[in-house]
Amino acid sequence: MNMLAVDGLTLNRGSRRVLDDISAVFTPGRVTALLGPNGAGKSTLLACLAGLLSPDKGQVLVGGQPRQSLAMRDLARQIGLLPQGGDVHWDVDAATLVALGRYPHRAGWGETPEDRAVVARAMAATDVTRFAARPMTALSGGERARVLLARVLAGEPQWLLADEPLANLDPAHQLETLACLRDVARAGAGVIVVLHDLNHAVQVADQVLLLRDGRTVAQGACSEVMTPQRIAETFGVASQFGTTPGGVPFIVTLPMVRRG
Amino acid sequence: MTRASLVFAALLAVLFPLSLLAGRVWIAPADFGPGNTLLILAELRLPRAVLAVVIGAGLGAGGAAMQGYLRNPLADPGLFGVSSGAALGAVISLYFGYAAAPWLLPVFALAGAAITMALLALLVGRSGSIIVFTLAGVILSSVAVSMTSLAISLAPTPFATSQIVTWLMGALTDRSWDDVRLALPLMALGCLLLAFTGRSLDVLTLGESAARSMGVDPRRLQLLIVIGVALCVGASVATAGIIGFVGLIVPHLVRPFVGNRPSAVLLPSALAGALLLLLADSLVRAMPTVSELRLGIAMSMLGGPFFLLLLLRMRRRLA
Repeated sequence: MNMLAVDGLTLNRGSRRVLDDISAVFTPGRVTALLGPNGAGKSTLLACLAGLLSPDKGQVLVGGQPRQSLAMRDLARQIGLLPQGGDVHWDVDAATLVALGRYPHRAGWGETPEDRAVVARAMAATDVTRFAARPMTALSGGERARVLLARVLAGEPQWLLADEPLANLDPAHQLETLACLRDVARAGAGVIVVLHDLNHAVQVADQVLLLRDGRTVAQGACSEVMTPQRIAETFGVASQFGTTPGGVPFIVTLPMVRRG
Repeated sequence: MTRASLVFAALLAVLFPLSLLAGRVWIAPADFGPGNTLLILAELRLPRAVLAVVIGAGLGAGGAAMQGYLRNPLADPGLFGVSSGAALGAVISLYFGYAAAPWLLPVFALAGAAITMALLALLVGRSGSIIVFTLAGVILSSVAVSMTSLAISLAPTPFATSQIVTWLMGALTDRSWDDVRLALPLMALGCLLLAFTGRSLDVLTLGESAARSMGVDPRRLQLLIVIGVALCVGASVATAGIIGFVGLIVPHLVRPFVGNRPSAVLLPSALAGALLLLLADSLVRAMPTVSELRLGIAMSMLGGPFFLLLLLRMRRRLA
């Protein structure tokens, strides 16, 4: 049973409770969006799932086993993390950077033909093959972001955790990246993504986990969770829902109107 | 092995025997034969050249590993205080006049390096954090340097003062096979440990979070780096005093040929470091100065202009 779940996850930072008793089950083949206002605990939850932070209470379950009972290498093979910001500290070329994603799978010193094939596939999936030989500093922000996503895909993770992957991207590349996340989910992996734009969420997510002040406000199928009522309660804004003639849902957020 | 490594290794193989000919007394290959020439070669120049290669390789690899680990091209293997700690150990032995027995100074220096390393591990704790690591290194380094200055100013005799100051400047003059026997195994072990860090250093290019999510154990990596670099630097300070800039310069010389990936820089840096120190030491030996120019000073004199070049190149790129 391949599941990723959190059970009663609680985490304190100093005296502040950043996550408060979060329980959720994530499903393979689905895109789950983590939504909530700033400071809701979305990135912290993602960091716990990736094993970067250890919770004070509760646990992360991978395939039904507690995370800490599994070997680091196995976890690294199963769970790929695309961190926010996307640091690249040495100016290497794009192909070299994507190949770093094979780290959890490598055994010997060299690259196997399989490594090379997977790297080529990952680069094709995010449409960066033509940048292969270019140094990272010569790429635009959007191109860099796609190369970094290809790096995670090169690890062939069963779970892809992405922390605000759309920041700094222009609209066209935002849509491309969303489509890419969808493809990853369609190929069978579970995608858990922190998003800020509610429109992106309703376009891409199957499931939504709505957080506020470290607590779960609601979770479930996107269409059920995302209601004007819940958005008002979570974000403090009014909202209008609609659908384009082509059938794509959208949300317009508006200032709250005080009654009376 | 990459092409660059092969070229460096080939250069080393050619220049090593040639370097033996250079010195106060030039030896033509035709003069080889029993007597003084053989004695000079076997007991003076050969151990000295071997030591230059060993120390250069250790400092080069140590520099490449430190720059990769700290993700900072200006990092130096001496940065985390092991070099100053080893120097302090050596200076203490000179201060008390223990250096009369030739094996005491290196032992003190190695003890200094080991104590600094232990303190560093204690200060950093189990966090594996790079910022804490750098700060702890800077603290230890400045404490060791100030203690060294204290020893110089309080030295019992002017002779001891001058002995300390001269020793600190680093040189390979009059080194024997004993020094090689001391440095070689430590350096080999240090380089071996550093070789194991290559892959993890590559992944660290993506930042600490990404590296950890990919299965890099930050504590294990830090331990390997600390012990590996400490062995390399400790052994080099114990046998030759402080020779700066090698670890800092060499990775920069190598990167244009092999790219910026940290693991690709490691082996070529070791080879290029060996080459650089072998050449520099032959040069100071052959120079017609009254007393031989100290190798440590020669390297610092190279270091300044080198960084000027680096700065000019960076400015051009930014413009």
